[in-house]
Amino acid sequence: MRQLAPIAVFGVAVALLPLFVTSGFLLNAAIMMLYVTLLGLAWNILAGFGGQFSFGHAVFFGTGAYAAAVLQAKLGWNAWATLPAALALGAAVGAFIGALSFRYGLRGSYFALVTLAFAEVFRILANNVDFTGAGVGIMVKLKAGPENFQFATKAGYLYVILAFVLAGLLVCWWLKNSRYGAWLQAVRDNEESAAALGVNVFRVKLGAIALSGALMAAAGVFYAQYFQYIDPGLAYGPGVSIEALLGPIVGGLGTLWGPVLGAVLLQLLGEGTRGLFENAPGLSLMVYGALLVLMVTFMPSGILGVLRRKA
Amino acid sequence: MILQAENLSVRFGGLAAVDDVSLTVPTGKIVALIGPNGAGKTTLFNLISGFVRADRGTVRFQGSDITGLPPHAACRLGMARTFQIVQPFGAQTVRENIAVGSHLHHASRAAALHAAEAVAERVGLRTHLDKLALNLTIAGRKRLELARALATEPKLLLLDEVLAGLNPREIDEVVPVIRGIRDSGITVLMVEHVLRAVMNLSDEAFVLSNGRLIAHGTPREVTSDPAVIEAYLGHGTAARMKAAYA
Repeated sequence: MRQLAPIAVFGVAVALLPLFVTSGFLLNAAIMMLYVTLLGLAWNILAGFGGQFSFGHAVFFGTGAYAAAVLQAKLGWNAWATLPAALALGAAVGAFIGALSFRYGLRGSYFALVTLAFAEVFRILANNVDFTGAGVGIMVKLKAGPENFQFATKAGYLYVILAFVLAGLLVCWWLKNSRYGAWLQAVRDNEESAAALGVNVFRVKLGAIALSGALMAAAGVFYAQYFQYIDPGLAYGPGVSIEALLGPIVGGLGTLWGPVLGAVLLQLLGEGTRGLFENAPGLSLMVYGALLVLMVTFMPSGILGVLRRKA
Repeated sequence: MILQAENLSVRFGGLAAVDDVSLTVPTGKIVALIGPNGAGKTTLFNLISGFVRADRGTVRFQGSDITGLPPHAACRLGMARTFQIVQPFGAQTVRENIAVGSHLHHASRAAALHAAEAVAERVGLRTHLDKLALNLTIAGRKRLELARALATEPKLLLLDEVLAGLNPREIDEVVPVIRGIRDSGITVLMVEHVLRAVMNLSDEAFVLSNGRLIAHGTPREVTSDPAVIEAYLGHGTAARMKAAYA
């Protein structure tokens, strides 16, 4: 219960932001921070709480994004109606990949490679199939109005992504305070011991990847609505997978606030390096990469993990 | 009879790790499984608890056939085990570690954490509840193994060398804990190397060597069986056991 109050405070604080900040640039920065937070929260469920490191979370993200875009553009669905469909598809793809890899006991780098491979397979498929718009990508038609998940101001998008992030935080809070969460963390720490204590390891991991996939798909839906355009590279490319794992690793694996902290720091760093190296595009990515190596080497449990040990 | 294993066999490549072993464990007793290193004791445990699939043979628990049942299912039926090499959830506290076991019968987090405290009391971990498992001594970790298994409220407890690696004083502290477990109505099957403790604790003993069962009886009977002593426990063991007796 103790951790619920900070979540409420966080929600209220961010919700009040548009009252004081009108700059589109700053609101956009806040939206992107929340969006990256959502990616991190989703990835953290499977990796931080479940110990299964995915390197291809784009497969869930892209599935959500394409579900939103295709259902609207090709089948004329209402944008909000695509959300539950996208969540279900994200969870289904997660369960499918999980069933295949966990059934055969894939762990560690083998599991990471399988997820990476699936994301690439989906990217290539999306590139070659007509109903996804193939390589050209797909546009979400402009239909202004909150009922169509399209807002006149940035504040509208901010509230939507905030709601998603709060939902993600609540899921993680639940993982920290429930039987299922205890089982998941037991599986992360030692599968054999968990099994000996009556935990159905396979089913617990399957649940985690489905949950993680659903939340990641929600991020995909938001992306499609916010930018109103996706293509195979944006949706299924490795960029999103890396963005998803960077935040929790920097902030603190398996913690409630790690993904939030990581996303804020990385967005600030991203903006900073982009400003610094304006004439050398790509250099900011190298800084990202170097940071990741340093973090994994010297602070494998992230900033919050280090702070907790000091405390 | 809470547990009946019949004709269990498993081969690892050319090695018959467990070869046609049949044993029965009577309800409410402490039964020891002894034998030299590499005799197949842990493998037999793995067959019984479902971690390794038997090539042949059956395991019956409380009258029903559980052969080939995965470990988590066996645990749900009331058979819990500990590991010879302790495997705590290192990043979690003692309380959280034990609660994973109590969650088997307690859905709510609060109830599981509460039950964990009672179990910690039983095995003498009360004062360590908020310690991280990885900060426990080896004796503490052995107690934690025991506590987690107990927290699943088993009817049969399989203990794989819970006393190994403990000093004599620590052993003297754990022995009454195990006896207390038996007295609370839980049947115990234990693999053990520490013969002094086996003599003290167990009601019956089985002797395993090279994957085969070679003796069965009271601890006194099997350990005074010259064939057991000379052929399987090695020369000079007889004298040491007499000392343990006295």
